[in-house]
Amino acid sequence: MTTDSIPVQTPDARSGTAQKARKDTPPARRSRRLFRHPGAGRQHHAGPVAYILLGIAALFSLFPLYWTMVAASTDNTRVTQTPPPFLPGPHLLENLGKAWQDAALGKAMLNSLIVAGVIALSTVLFATLAGFAFAKLRFKGRNILLMLVIGTMLVPPQLGVVPLFMMMTELGWGQQLPAVIFPTLVSAVGVFFMRQYLSEALPDELVEAGRVDGAHSLRIFWSIVLPIARPPMAVLFMITFVHAWNDFFWPFIVLDMSNPTVPVALTQLSAGYIRDQSLIMAGALLGTLPLLVMFIVFGRQIVGGIMQGAVKG
Amino acid sequence: MAISTPTTPDGAPGAAPPAGSGTGAEHQRRSTLLHRLDVRGAPYAFVAPFFVVFAAFSFYPLVYTSWISLHRVELSTLNLMEWVGFDNYTALWEDDRFWNALLNTFTIGVLSTVPQLLMALGLAHLLNYRLRGSTFFRVAALTPYATSVGAAALVFTMLFERDFGMINWMLSLVGVDNVDWENNKWAAQTAISTIVIWRWTGYNALLYLAAMQAIPRDRYEAAAIDGASRWQQFLTVTIPGIRSTIVFTIVLSTIGATQLFGEPLIFGQGPNGITGGADNQYQTLGLLLYEEGWKNYQMGRAATVAWAMFLLLIVVFVVQRLVTRVTARKG
Repeated sequence: MTTDSIPVQTPDARSGTAQKARKDTPPARRSRRLFRHPGAGRQHHAGPVAYILLGIAALFSLFPLYWTMVAASTDNTRVTQTPPPFLPGPHLLENLGKAWQDAALGKAMLNSLIVAGVIALSTVLFATLAGFAFAKLRFKGRNILLMLVIGTMLVPPQLGVVPLFMMMTELGWGQQLPAVIFPTLVSAVGVFFMRQYLSEALPDELVEAGRVDGAHSLRIFWSIVLPIARPPMAVLFMITFVHAWNDFFWPFIVLDMSNPTVPVALTQLSAGYIRDQSLIMAGALLGTLPLLVMFIVFGRQIVGGIMQGAVKG
Repeated sequence: MAISTPTTPDGAPGAAPPAGSGTGAEHQRRSTLLHRLDVRGAPYAFVAPFFVVFAAFSFYPLVYTSWISLHRVELSTLNLMEWVGFDNYTALWEDDRFWNALLNTFTIGVLSTVPQLLMALGLAHLLNYRLRGSTFFRVAALTPYATSVGAAALVFTMLFERDFGMINWMLSLVGVDNVDWENNKWAAQTAISTIVIWRWTGYNALLYLAAMQAIPRDRYEAAAIDGASRWQQFLTVTIPGIRSTIVFTIVLSTIGATQLFGEPLIFGQGPNGITGGADNQYQTLGLLLYEEGWKNYQMGRAATVAWAMFLLLIVVFVVQRLVTRVTARKG
């Protein structure tokens, strides 16, 4: 077998299939298919070896979380013994309660909820607006602006962190949640994600029909785009929420322990204020729990969403 | 919300509506005008929020960083900026900690990125089989992604503990002596890389899986007819088919690696975290930036480190582009 029989390097083979899908599939069916797996390329059934390897991978993924729970449910002496405990102990609730108080996790949870919620909402709204414009509206400089959006993905937030800190101090937002929220109100990845989805799932004719009926752009957005874009909006919301909840660098710099988000509060656990390993693990468990619950409930959708974004990414 | 209001404040004189002028119906003319303004202006209004926020909180700070890096600015007196020219840059150039941090960023970056992407590739390949319980395996692979840096680093710090950590205990079962994961340079860097690998492998695997599923099946059939084994199919159909996704993940993980901050900070447990261990054995550029700015209170020097990171990224991208171009030509 030589490489000759392979069609020439085609990084855009994917856009080819995407176009085919556009022709063949009516939009409604395609949007439902977002969460199913197309199946092309899955040519073989998995053998026992594959299952064993996948089992190991799953163990590798889940064990640290399981062990967090084990450690959080024992006490400090048991957790520092060898061999280490593998089964949960009786102190889970007690430790969770103590960690909750010591790391001020109540306030941190509320803060994280506000921060992640606001950021996710605004990201979804603005990404859908911009994604719709890039996908379906014609305007001068559209391509250049889209390239700019993509280009901004490459700028890591750390590079502007010093002036940003000075800015926030000047605005009087130091240690305040707006300092965390404002810089992340929009996301280039989100804009790109919505554009990719809408350019396929939203037929041009629907927008044209809206225009003929005399609807202005915002009206078209509200009554035509939003209903169609609901599934990817939900996915984008969850992904953004996870990212915002877990964001560490900037909140760590601009917030302090009097008003932390969850990841910032967790650093206090490692910084030696608490020496009890079981308590540290209880804190780590608490900080992760909301997202774990979200994953258990919506895991399938989040996985589907990441893959959906990736096919075109 | 008045988003549909045109961004051009006075479209009237320039954009006289040719359609309505003949009939002379004033109302009709105005609505045509509004319609044209809407069609022209609305797209800009729709994309504006993104660019406004990005300009204010990302682009402007990025540019301003270079200005600050030419000054002496202390954390306590942020409004007092004293011009020092390129002093911060020369000081950084002569600072051993900078070269150390640069090297550490690079080695931890390689230690975390290469195994991560290779494992992701393998995992994606496995997930691409016809599977029972595929949803379970996918969600399981992605679960670490839901864990915050804070929680993940705390757990692994404990697993890598020298005296009672589970990893040393398991190693002792196969006769390996206790490894001092914190104080030994390479052990510490390996441990930190493990945290990164754990959190991101599943995420990358799903990106690969998505790309793999978009490869047309007939290419595999053609390869099979040509007598290619599964491994050969993987090399000659799968890998080329997901090439652009691979490049994409390399770019993403490179950016992630240059920014590495939370994992080493928490792994150091307290004061040692910021300096990246007692001997800076795992201090990254991100940590050095923080140390200069928020521990030594020298914001100007912190800005210099930020610029160094930016330059590093540009160099990496240029190299990467060259490499992809060369390999693309070869393929």
